[in-house]
Amino acid sequence: MTWPAVLALAAGTYLLRLSGLVLRDRMTLSPRLERLLDLGATALLVALLATAALTQDGGFAGWARTGGVAVGALAAWRRVPFVVVVVLAAATTAGLRLLGVQ
Amino acid sequence: MRSLNRTDGLRDVLALASAVGVVGASFGALAAAAGIPLALAVGMSLLVFAGGSQFLVVSVVAAGGSPVAAVVAGLLINARHLPFGLAMASVVGRSWPRRLLGAHVLIDESVAFARGRGARAFWTSGVALFVFWNVGTVVGVLGGAAVPDTDAFGIDAAFPAALLALLFPGLRAADARRVGLTAAALALVATPFLPPGLPVLVGLLGLVVAGRAPAAATPPAATPPAGTPDRGPAS
Repeated sequence: MTWPAVLALAAGTYLLRLSGLVLRDRMTLSPRLERLLDLGATALLVALLATAALTQDGGFAGWARTGGVAVGALAAWRRVPFVVVVVLAAATTAGLRLLGVQ
Repeated sequence: MRSLNRTDGLRDVLALASAVGVVGASFGALAAAAGIPLALAVGMSLLVFAGGSQFLVVSVVAAGGSPVAAVVAGLLINARHLPFGLAMASVVGRSWPRRLLGAHVLIDESVAFARGRGARAFWTSGVALFVFWNVGTVVGVLGGAAVPDTDAFGIDAAFPAALLALLFPGLRAADARRVGLTAAALALVATPFLPPGLPVLVGLLGLVVAGRAPAAATPPAATPPAGTPDRGPAS
């Protein structure tokens, strides 16, 4: 790993972030497109959480992680406070791994 | 809708930031194990500040891949930040100082946290996540071997569960739920076949099930223009 690589990644990432913020003002959008933009963010975030919950290195992430996320999901659905959701999910996965579930 | 009470908001930010801090520590430990010097690892966390791409770049290089390939892969993973910027422009603010600073803390977690909560939630979470991520990185690099595999603590489950909890209220709208489920299914199906980063972008195709009319839950004043009689099955 070298500094030029780090700087290139940093600059590229920053420009991706900034261009979204700047480009938005160059466009006038109908309410329908506004809604689509918001749904697009939802689509990306849900796709991200699904792949993070279920996959690793292109394959299944294992039952320990899946179980923890499932418990977290159940807690979120029961409107348990956010902090508790996060702790429950981590604790469940840690517990399953302690029991030998991968 | 969760009320935006100041104490609750801060507590939620700290919960999210703590989990991110632990992931930062595991990033630091991984970087140290890969022989990356402290300054370079911390520089990456300060300047790039995008966890997924940082992990990817370090593992590509550690596996003997070229830095160019690693950077291209890292940028591919971060491509989702462009649509995030489009969606979050009004929350971040329109002045240049806000844009220039806000762009740097526009990450998955701050976007998920601040959507529907507003500008203060964005800035609070963005700054807290930045601090915790970087402190975590330093601790991880210095702790090196002392930081055990953070998977043992189940932190890898905490991150998706946190995202889910943040997205839950928004998924009560029928069209958001439909789009979200389709996006998740498409991304999962694509995962075995595509390089990291692309499956999440494939999730954008979930927009095809968005339906034609604005959702009933969006500002009620938006009457559909003449010629678009279909209001979607759910309304």
